[in-house]
Amino acid sequence: MIDRASLYDMKIEDLQPLEEAGVVEKEKIRIRGLNVWFSKKQVLQDLNFGIMNNSITAIMGPSGCGKTTFIRALNRMNDLIDTCRTKGEVLLDGVNIYGNGVDVFELRKRVGMVFQKPNPFPKSIFENVAFGLRVHNMANGQRLKEEVEQALREAVLWDEVKDRLNESALRLSGGQQQRLCIARALAVKPEVILFDEPCSALDPTATAKVEDLIRRLGENYTVVIVTHNMQQAARVSDMTAFLYLGKLVEYGSTRDIFTNPRNELTEKYITGRFG
Amino acid sequence: MMIKRITVRRIVDKLVASLALLSVIIAIIPLAGVIIFVTSKGLPAINLEIFTSLPRPPDEIGGGIGNAIQGTLILIGLASMVGLPIGVLSGIYLAEYGNNRFGSLVRFIADTLSGVPSIIMGLFAYVVVVLATRSFSAISGGIALGIMMIPVITRTTEESIKLVPNTIREASMALGVRRWKTIVLIVVSAARSGIITGIMLSIARIAGETAPLLFTAFGSDLWATGLNQPISALPLVIYRYAISPYASWQAQAWGAAFILVSMVLILNIGVRLIARGKYRR
Ligand SMILES: Nc1ncnc2c1ncn2[C@@H]1O[C@H](COP(=O)(O)OP(=O)(O)OP(=O)(O)O)[C@@H](O)[C@H]1O
Ligand SMILES: [Mg+2]
Repeated sequence: MIDRASLYDMKIEDLQPLEEAGVVEKEKIRIRGLNVWFSKKQVLQDLNFGIMNNSITAIMGPSGCGKTTFIRALNRMNDLIDTCRTKGEVLLDGVNIYGNGVDVFELRKRVGMVFQKPNPFPKSIFENVAFGLRVHNMANGQRLKEEVEQALREAVLWDEVKDRLNESALRLSGGQQQRLCIARALAVKPEVILFDEPCSALDPTATAKVEDLIRRLGENYTVVIVTHNMQQAARVSDMTAFLYLGKLVEYGSTRDIFTNPRNELTEKYITGRFG
Repeated sequence: MMIKRITVRRIVDKLVASLALLSVIIAIIPLAGVIIFVTSKGLPAINLEIFTSLPRPPDEIGGGIGNAIQGTLILIGLASMVGLPIGVLSGIYLAEYGNNRFGSLVRFIADTLSGVPSIIMGLFAYVVVVLATRSFSAISGGIALGIMMIPVITRTTEESIKLVPNTIREASMALGVRRWKTIVLIVVSAARSGIITGIMLSIARIAGETAPLLFTAFGSDLWATGLNQPISALPLVIYRYAISPYASWQAQAWGAAFILVSMVLILNIGVRLIARGKYRR
């Protein structure tokens, strides 16, 4: 395969045939000139990079550098904030999600999200997972049950909850709740899953389980994960992007970034000499 | 010096605690008093007939207030048909879209409305409904009571919806669910125990209202047959019988009071049970 990085100035349209032929890695998301403001304050500045298909991309950087803002730009959750303004393009399979005529609800179905703190609905375990399927009319009756089971299995939660599906989701432990939130996102069959520091509210054992799960999801989904935790980024991700003050400082394979950072800031950050 | 300050603080602590306890006891006495009083006076008047029969003239033995119980239930039903949808929907509106001047105006109106004396509500329904239809009626009484329910339900609905954490709204939106569907299926559902509590409290509040019924529902000695006719209600019967000079009617007034207080009490217990919620930890 040709290294994708060497083809950066080629047009997406010209790259697509090469992707399909398997000559270059397929890019799932391309970020082109992405800028985000909250009121007058610019939070992301001219981001340009691509997120590989069926891979795990870690977004790292110090607190307040714009990691959350960045991943919320990928499913247009920033639209919900009145003061937020976005410029630039985010191409999902080559189509700009900020373009005219894009159905943002359809987009969010394709690009799922798991939040920092587990946020199950105050409903039963079953209903949490079934909710998206019901609302989008994707399944009902026996099919619904099967789909729910499948999503829970995929999130490695099924064995722990199969006898208590009608219990309140709020009675689960923190780690189980987070895996339930993952199952809830998986149920509507997304292509991309965004994780915003999914383990920061969990203890080490629960963290290990969720990390395991995320690594496995990377085989079939395009995963973008924000993390503060360097070891976590090193453990789970294929690619790493390092953001600082809203700018992309460095982007590359996780191995390169951790063993051979090109930028001084990145090096300082990963060696913990930051600040 | 140090020790002294600590002892003083401890004494003040004790003093405040005992004062608080004393206030609680003083607050409970009238409540318990009312319940004991109404029960002891009212319970002897309770028998099957009081629930099933119509009123009789004071010099005849027996008779009941079945039509007043029926009337109160009908009036509560009518009032709920007015107050419940308007109250709940405006509460949802205020919580989700009411962060503007119009929202503040609605809030101000709701607060004012809840302070308006109930007799004024009756007067309003009298002018708008009774005079227009030229008849006292169940409908007019239901409307007067329904309007009284609106501000209570509106504000409790708004408050309970605002308590729903934004994180679960976002969880729903992130699944590609539209805002209004998120509100209906997630937010309102999460707030439902609070909303139901508000509804029950508002019903408990209007169930015993007399003033707004005086010139709307008016009262009747017959079973209710139509909503456009005068209708009896427990508070009206209590009012009429209690000030009458006849011992048999006075006894029935206590019976009616006992039934009314029981209804409100049962409602409040129901509220507690519901407020406990199904999906709490
Ligand atoms: N809703 C908002 N309104 C105004 N400013 C915001 C808003 N959300 C974020 N910001 C600002 O944008 C900047 C980036 O925030 P963001 O949450 O994306 O950072 P982050 O990298 O995720 O930080 P952390 O690691 O602490 O989660 C911060 O300076 C923050 O104060
Ligand atoms: Mg963040």
